[in-house]
Amino acid sequence: MLPYKLIIVLLMFLPGLSWAKSIKVYPGRNSFQKAINAAKRNDTLLLQPGVYKEHDILINKKLVVIGVHYPVIDGEHTSQIIFITADSVILQGLQVQNTGRSSMTDMAAIRVQNANHVIVRNNKAFNNTYGIYLQNAGFTVVQNNIIQANSEDELNSGNGIHAWKCHDLIITGNDVSGHRDGIYFEFVTTSAITGNVSHANVRYGLHFMFSHNDTYTNNRFSDNGSGVAVMYSKGVTMTGNIFLHNWGDAAYGILLKEIADSKINHNQFLKNTVGLYMESTTNIAVGDNQFNENGWGIKVMASCSGSNFTRNNFTGNSFDVATNGTTMLNHFSENFWDKYDGYDLDKNGTGDVPYYPVSVYSVVSERVPTAMILYRSFLTGIMEQVEKVMPSIIPDQLKDDTPRMKKWKL
Amino acid sequence: MKTIIKYVLLDLLRNRVILFYTIILAVLAVSVLGIDDNPTKGLLSLLNITLLFVPLITILFSTIYFFNAIEFTELLLSQPIKRNKVLLAEYSALTVSLSTAYAVGIGIPLLLLVSGIESFILTLIGILLTFVFSSLALLIFVKFRDKTKGIGIAIAIALFFTLLFDGFLLAFIYSFSDYPIDQAVVGIIAFNPIDLARVLMLLHLDVAVLMGYSGALFKKFLGSATGSIFSIACIMLWIIVPLLLSVRIFNRKDL
Repeated sequence: MLPYKLIIVLLMFLPGLSWAKSIKVYPGRNSFQKAINAAKRNDTLLLQPGVYKEHDILINKKLVVIGVHYPVIDGEHTSQIIFITADSVILQGLQVQNTGRSSMTDMAAIRVQNANHVIVRNNKAFNNTYGIYLQNAGFTVVQNNIIQANSEDELNSGNGIHAWKCHDLIITGNDVSGHRDGIYFEFVTTSAITGNVSHANVRYGLHFMFSHNDTYTNNRFSDNGSGVAVMYSKGVTMTGNIFLHNWGDAAYGILLKEIADSKINHNQFLKNTVGLYMESTTNIAVGDNQFNENGWGIKVMASCSGSNFTRNNFTGNSFDVATNGTTMLNHFSENFWDKYDGYDLDKNGTGDVPYYPVSVYSVVSERVPTAMILYRSFLTGIMEQVEKVMPSIIPDQLKDDTPRMKKWKL
Repeated sequence: MKTIIKYVLLDLLRNRVILFYTIILAVLAVSVLGIDDNPTKGLLSLLNITLLFVPLITILFSTIYFFNAIEFTELLLSQPIKRNKVLLAEYSALTVSLSTAYAVGIGIPLLLLVSGIESFILTLIGILLTFVFSSLALLIFVKFRDKTKGIGIAIAIALFFTLLFDGFLLAFIYSFSDYPIDQAVVGIIAFNPIDLARVLMLLHLDVAVLMGYSGALFKKFLGSATGSIFSIACIMLWIIVPLLLSVRIFNRKDL
């Protein structure tokens, strides 16, 4: 009996042993940094409302920093603002604004450096070069932040959420706009990007390089200069995302370059110049997606191999599929194409004649862009019909042998 | 002038062809839009109908009507009325009835079933093309004395603008594709009212794909409002110039 009582008595003293305190911080000259220096490990700093004109604030011990009614940390366009170099720091409820601009260093509003288990949530980052910069971080959560800037060109701007050489990140519920790239991943593995909105960025909504085994789901990427780019990665899963209204001569819903063993499911590609662009990809499953009112639904280059396109809906696209060669090592099956005019005699829901999704005019206009001015004229209609009877220009290997008669309900 | 317009309109109503034309257009529009739940597809079919049949039917019907009404015209001219007033009155009555037919037949089903700027543009295109081709028909009427010859020329003009012109243009684009011909092509387009109408529609239906082509033509001209304004202005010229020409010729014509 004695050990039990002893343990209970000891447990009663436990809260007193942790020594964690809540400290209120008020605006003043370097008051935030002084408070951090004075605080002990595990303390909570409650930043009171007001403007803190401080920069290069270093959080180098395990602290919880909570802003009360969004206190403003203003870097006054001089330098970087908050550095987090300790594990398990929680930073929330701050409005961090006006970093400096430099071509030597990447000026970030909140920088997490060589730390694990950090949580950065519910912050607002306005008018910074880089919003949240994760460098060699692990198991870190970036959640529900609002990150805005007014970048005008690619050279003088940075990324909203920038992650470099990290692992096991969770980026969720953030709203990023007006940066160079909304979310930037380089050498980031086994991470999840979920429920973010990335819009009106100068270059990419999401830029993704050398980052293996990552998942991104239920994000929305719209009106970005060039859409989303995913390059040199493998094991990427993309589900339930919306790619909307990315317009321009190099704008893509998603651009995939040298991607292997990945999945693209249940996404919606709406009103993009090119919905899905694929180059040198291997073994990608593209299924259950909606391609609606895009210029080109899919552009799949002849360097892609082993990909399957199944159960997608193609509606209202100017051109469904385009390619640049005659070899086709990918497989299309069971898609719904609104331009399909075949028949289904045995009523099994699958068309009896194959559908050739590459339109002859997309090939012609690829060769001679000016010819696009004659698109949808009676003459080009005749050309399409002739090509259907005797295919000579379009790649005849690119076809869907089992086109659906009815739209998939996705 | 108002009285003449009134009587020509009454005559056209009695003619029943206009009524028939309206019904056919309406049936086409409703069936094409009703078949598919995809409105873009229906719009495209209606665009094809508009670009192919509206010019042909308008120019043929107008030419035949003008030639048939020649006695009525001569009768009117024996009265103290100005020649150009008679001609313009007949022209306006005809275009008003034909474009009303189009607006009722295609425009109303379209605006009811597929709302949006595209439907409005398509209706506008049809009406503008009606004006252009009846204006051309008037020119044929004042230029040629022989009815058969006039009808032949009318068919030739319609076919030229719907088919041949595009063929020549495509051949031109192909053979000079190595040269910067973008502006020249835009210039050539201005010589075909049907192409102008089609480009106007293209600018609203396929912007996404047009943005995909690099080059000044698609970015600056077609990508902005300039393209639409240019097209509409050129179509207006296509209405006004033949009309003025025919009035001029008619005033000096020895009837």
